[in-house]
Amino acid sequence: MSSFVPPPALSEASVLAVSDLCKSYGETVAVDGVTFEVGRSEIVGLLGPNGAGKTTTIDMILGVLEPSSGTVHIEGIDVARHRSRAVEHTNFAAVYAPLPGNLTVSQNLRIFGLLYGVKGLSERIREVSAQFALDRFLNVKCGLLSSGEQTRLGLAKAMLNRPALLLLDEPTASLDPAVAQDIRAKIREFAAEGSGGVLWTSHNMYEVEDVCDRVLFLLNGRILLQGDPRVLPREYGAKSLEDLFISLAREPLPWGGV
Amino acid sequence: MGRSLRIVRRHRVGAVVLRYFYLLRGNPARAVPLFLWVVIDMVLWGFITLYLNTVSSSGFDFVPVLLGAVLLWDFFIRVMQGVTITFFEDVWSHNFLNIFATPISISEYVSGLVLSSIATSSIGLLVMLAVAGMAFGLSLSIYGLMLAPFLLILFLFGIALGIFGSAVVLRLGPASEWLIWPIPAIISPFAGVFYPVSTLPHWMQVVSYLLPPSYVFEGMRTILSGGGFSKSELLWGGGLAALDVVLACWFFTRIYRHAVRSGLIARYSAESVS
Repeated sequence: MSSFVPPPALSEASVLAVSDLCKSYGETVAVDGVTFEVGRSEIVGLLGPNGAGKTTTIDMILGVLEPSSGTVHIEGIDVARHRSRAVEHTNFAAVYAPLPGNLTVSQNLRIFGLLYGVKGLSERIREVSAQFALDRFLNVKCGLLSSGEQTRLGLAKAMLNRPALLLLDEPTASLDPAVAQDIRAKIREFAAEGSGGVLWTSHNMYEVEDVCDRVLFLLNGRILLQGDPRVLPREYGAKSLEDLFISLAREPLPWGGV
Repeated sequence: MGRSLRIVRRHRVGAVVLRYFYLLRGNPARAVPLFLWVVIDMVLWGFITLYLNTVSSSGFDFVPVLLGAVLLWDFFIRVMQGVTITFFEDVWSHNFLNIFATPISISEYVSGLVLSSIATSSIGLLVMLAVAGMAFGLSLSIYGLMLAPFLLILFLFGIALGIFGSAVVLRLGPASEWLIWPIPAIISPFAGVFYPVSTLPHWMQVVSYLLPPSYVFEGMRTILSGGGFSKSELLWGGGLAALDVVLACWFFTRIYRHAVRSGLIARYSAESVS
């Protein structure tokens, strides 16, 4: 029988424990020794300019990209050794991964519900489609939905299995401000329920400040600094999180990160 | 623990099959080809064999030899394409990241492709039997008990080539599907579908001995000519087909692991072959 106990250095309260994660493509280093955790009920923002390594990190957490070194544990389960069992506890939504447009909303939710082994699937589909205002689109092919509706569908799929770890890669990128606000509220509700944590990437610093309990600034594959998004700008003499983001992206901290 | 694991696995395999069922049901452009091409082949070759019967002075009946061969060959093609088309649906809908980010394992995914193929190729086979039987009087009962191993060998080889073709497309990118469609046509001259393998030059015969279908078509002709059929040769053909399935699964798994190492799954549409 395999052991699912997290490594001793990592907190047992964390739903995600990433340790010294690296990914190289030949001489190019995409992610370079990243270590962090996501706690239960916690929303962690993964920030950084394009090419910083955010999506590469998420791909490695999902097990669709093999790290060059380092470990990923989801609910204490090693993704490298027990991928299927680890990934059962997670789900994701990304603006670049829409669900197949040639299937209806209901069909897509049913197929992904089966893939994630959701119990009471029909009832759960009704719940998430009501939660994300998709009821009237259940029999509509996804390719006919607006980008905002497709984003809501992606989030409904991501919530289907009540994941312990929700990975969101720019989930509100294509939404109008009102819908984006609703989505943020739903994700906060999800975290507040207490069973799951969220790892969130976004380029909208106002949104990050509004939603995230903690942020990690990633640059050139390394975590430069991390902390409370409402406190960090003051600590580093920036007017806002956006100003801090811009200054970090243009001129990294001289000591190379914390 | 073991039981619950099996139930979850069935759900995941079932999801792949259900996805293809939804696609077939939702668009006639997918459902019609299951019937259309095999019917066209049966009708075309049925009339060709009838014509050959009228011009041949030997009294030889071409229907079971030629039309029967076309039917069995079409069955093999349907099996292979049943696997590849189910796989291509994920290629065409850019669905790799979504599907491989779920807990599905490679064995579950490939099992789903195979089950989808069994369903669609069975439909094709039944349609061909109906048309060839009703319109041209072909009955596969003429092959006797050997029909079952004939179909099994062709089925296994079709599955093997389908999995191999899917792996090639996973490795080389979406455009490489055009390398996969002609595979049956490339194999057919070597497989002796319409003529004895002895007709071929020596180097082609060597290739045909490595192809499981050549044992099926040689056996079919031997039975129809009333000759004795070597069961050991049939076993050899069956063994080759089973080996091909194992090799194809190994190849697919290897290609998938390379795709996970190189990041190809996440960036599949880039058609990177690095």
